[in-house]
Amino acid sequence: MNYNLNHLSEIEAESIFVIREVAAQFERPVLMFSGGKDSIVMLHLARKAFWPAKLPFPLLHVDTGHNFQETIDFRDELVEKIGANLIVGSVQESIDQGRVVEEKGINASRNVLQTVTLLDTLEAHKFDAAMGGARRDEEKARAKERFFSHRDEFGQWDPKNQRPELWNIFNGKKQMGEHFRVFPISNWTEMDIWQYILQENIDIPNLYFSHTRECFERDGIILANSDFIPLKPEEKTEQMVVRFRTIGDMTCTGATRSTANNLEDIIQEVASSRITERGGRADDKRAETAMEDRKKEGYF
Amino acid sequence: MDNGTFDSKGYLDMELLRFTTAGSVDDGKSTLIGRLLYDSKSIFEDQLEAIEQSSIQRGDENVNLALLTDGLKAEREQGITIDVAYRYFATPKRKFIIADTPGHIQYTRNMVTGASTANLALILVDARNGIVEQTHRHAFIASLLQIPHIVICINKMDLVDYSKERYDEIKEQFSEFAGKLDVKDVRFLPISALKGDNVVERSKTMDWYEGPTLMYLLETIHIASDQNHIDCRFPVQWVIRPQSDEYHDYRGYAGRIAGGIFKPGDDIMALPSGFTSKIKAIDTFTGPVDEAFAPMSVTITLEDNIDISRGDMIVRENNIPKQGQDLDLMVCWMNEKPLMHKGKYYLQHTSKDVRCVVKEVKYKVDINTLHRIEDDKNIGLNEIGRISIRTTAPLFYDTYRRNRNTGSVILIDEATNNTVGAGMII
Repeated sequence: MNYNLNHLSEIEAESIFVIREVAAQFERPVLMFSGGKDSIVMLHLARKAFWPAKLPFPLLHVDTGHNFQETIDFRDELVEKIGANLIVGSVQESIDQGRVVEEKGINASRNVLQTVTLLDTLEAHKFDAAMGGARRDEEKARAKERFFSHRDEFGQWDPKNQRPELWNIFNGKKQMGEHFRVFPISNWTEMDIWQYILQENIDIPNLYFSHTRECFERDGIILANSDFIPLKPEEKTEQMVVRFRTIGDMTCTGATRSTANNLEDIIQEVASSRITERGGRADDKRAETAMEDRKKEGYF
Repeated sequence: MDNGTFDSKGYLDMELLRFTTAGSVDDGKSTLIGRLLYDSKSIFEDQLEAIEQSSIQRGDENVNLALLTDGLKAEREQGITIDVAYRYFATPKRKFIIADTPGHIQYTRNMVTGASTANLALILVDARNGIVEQTHRHAFIASLLQIPHIVICINKMDLVDYSKERYDEIKEQFSEFAGKLDVKDVRFLPISALKGDNVVERSKTMDWYEGPTLMYLLETIHIASDQNHIDCRFPVQWVIRPQSDEYHDYRGYAGRIAGGIFKPGDDIMALPSGFTSKIKAIDTFTGPVDEAFAPMSVTITLEDNIDISRGDMIVRENNIPKQGQDLDLMVCWMNEKPLMHKGKYYLQHTSKDVRCVVKEVKYKVDINTLHRIEDDKNIGLNEIGRISIRTTAPLFYDTYRRNRNTGSVILIDEATNNTVGAGMII
C-alpha cells in the first residue's frame, strides 16, 4: 500500500480543511459564488467538506448587471439543486443609490464598481469571512496572498504587512468591524481546476465550451457583442466560433477562438496554450499593478 | 507535455512536491526559478511579454526574471522581494509548488513561513564565494523546521571554470557545518543556472559529476515517507450533524488526519475525555473509505455516542500523544514587538485555541554560528530562541521532530491579533 496522495487529492484535502476552518472560526462566513469555474469548484469542495449536512453558510453573488445570461441561469439552477441560500449584491442598486458612479467612455466597465457593492453587502449582512475562488497562479499580486487574508474595517489589503501563515494553522482572530477574505483554492492551477472538473464530473456553464457567437475585436481581445459595450464606428461584429476561458463581466471577459466542445478538448487546449487565462482580461491590462491596486481597495 | 496530446491519466497520478528556495539577491535564484519555469513551459507568452516590457522600462540590460515573482509595487520599485511568493509548475512526473523566499537577514520570518510546509529546501551557493553566513542561516532554518530534504545547489560553476576541486571544497565546507545540524538528507549539485548546466539538461562540461540533474532530483526524490504514518492523530475540526430526515442521528467528526492510519473497527480514545469507542466508518462525499492517513480530510463516525467537539483529538488507545500544560518550544519571532518575558499570548495548536504565558527564555540562538546566547535573552524580530510556556488548558502533542502537524504552534498577540511567533515543540 502506498500511503501517498496524488497531487489533486492533496490540494483537495487542503481546501476542505481550509473551508472547515472558516466555518469553525467565524460567526458569519459566506462563500462568494460568481458562476465561474473556480467558484464552482470551490462550492463543490464546500459540499464535500460538510456532507451529509448542508452548507453551514450562504452563497453571495455580486452581480454587476453585466453578466452573461447563461451564468445567471446556471447559478440559479445550481443553487436550487443543492438547496443553498443565495444572496445577491447588485451593482445596479449601488449605482441607483448613488454609492458609485458608472464609468463613462468606450471601455467603461463595472468591474471596479463591484468592490463597493461587495463591501456594502458584507457589511449589511455582517459577514466576517468571505471565501473567494482566487488562485495564486492567476496573477502576480495574488501569488502573495494568504489563505486567510486579513482586511481592516475598510476592507483594505495591506500586502506589505500580512500575517505570517505557518504550517496548517490559520489565525482568524480579528477586531470588531474587521473581516477576512479566505482563498481555499489558493494552491490550484488552471490545469488542476480542469482536471478536477473532469474527474468529479462537475457541471459548468456552456460558455466554457465552443459555440457560435456574435463578437468583435478590440485591442486584440475578442469580446461578445452586447448592449453593455458601445461599438466604435470602425468596429464590426461577426459570427465567431469561440469559448471563454474565464467568466466575468461581458464588458471585460475576452473569448478565444476554439472548437473545444468537451472537457478533454479543453484540457488539450489549456495544455498547449501559451497565454495565461487572464491574458484575455481587459481589467488586468489597465496597469501593471492593476490587480494589486484593486485588491488594496477591497476587491477580492 | 512537450508534444502530442496531454496525458490526463498521468496528470492525475502525479505527486505534489512543495519546495522552498532560499538565496540572496545575487546568487542567481531568480535565474534558476526562471529556468525551471521556462523549461517546464510554465511561463506564458503574455507573462514574458509583460516582464520584457517592464525590463525595458526599467532600463534593465536583460529580461529580468525576478519581475515574474516580484509582483508587488514596492518590490518592483525597490528591486527586492518582500514576501513569500508561490509559484507553480508541473512536469509529466510531478507537480511543484515553490515557496520563493527572500534571503536577506530581515526576512528570516518569510523563510520560516515558506519552510513550514516544504518537503524540500533548495539552497543556492555562489561557487565563487563558497559557504557564507547566509548559507548557514538557510541551512539552520531548514533543519529547525525539519524540512526532510535539503539540496545545496552550487551555482555559477561557469565562473569557476567548472572546477571539480572548487565544488569538492565547498561541499566539504558545508558538510563540516551540517554536522551540527539535525538534517536527514542533504544532496549537492554543481550547476550553472544561467547556462543551464545540470538544471534540466546534463552538463557537457562537468563530466566529472555523475549525479542527477536538479530537475531529475526534484522529480524523483522519495517523499512518500515525509508524513508520519505511525502515530494516529485526528484533531477534530468540526462536528457534522445534518439533522435531516435521512441522516437524523448522524454525528460525524470532521478533520484532517495529522498522523497515522485510521481504519473502521479501530479502537480509539477521545482526548481530553478519555472515553473509548470504535470507528464505525470513515466517510467522504464519494462514499466510505477503508482507511485514511495524513494529510486526508475525512469525517469519522463512532460506534458510541460520546461527547467530542472541536479542539478534541481522536487517537489510538495504545498510542496516545503527550499531554500537558508545560511545554518547551523553539520559537522564531515574527514581529517588530519583541517577545515579552512573562507575557501572555493566544496559542493555536492543531484545532485547539488556548492562552499561554511565557515562563522563561532559556537561550537565544545565533543563527549564523548556532551558538547559544545565554546572556541576552531578548528575542526580537527574526530571532530564534528556546522558551518555556504554560498553557491555560492541556495540549495533546508530539515533539515537532516526530510530527510537524501535532508539534507546531503559533503565538498570537492578544492586543493586535497578529501572528507573532512560530513555535516548535521540543
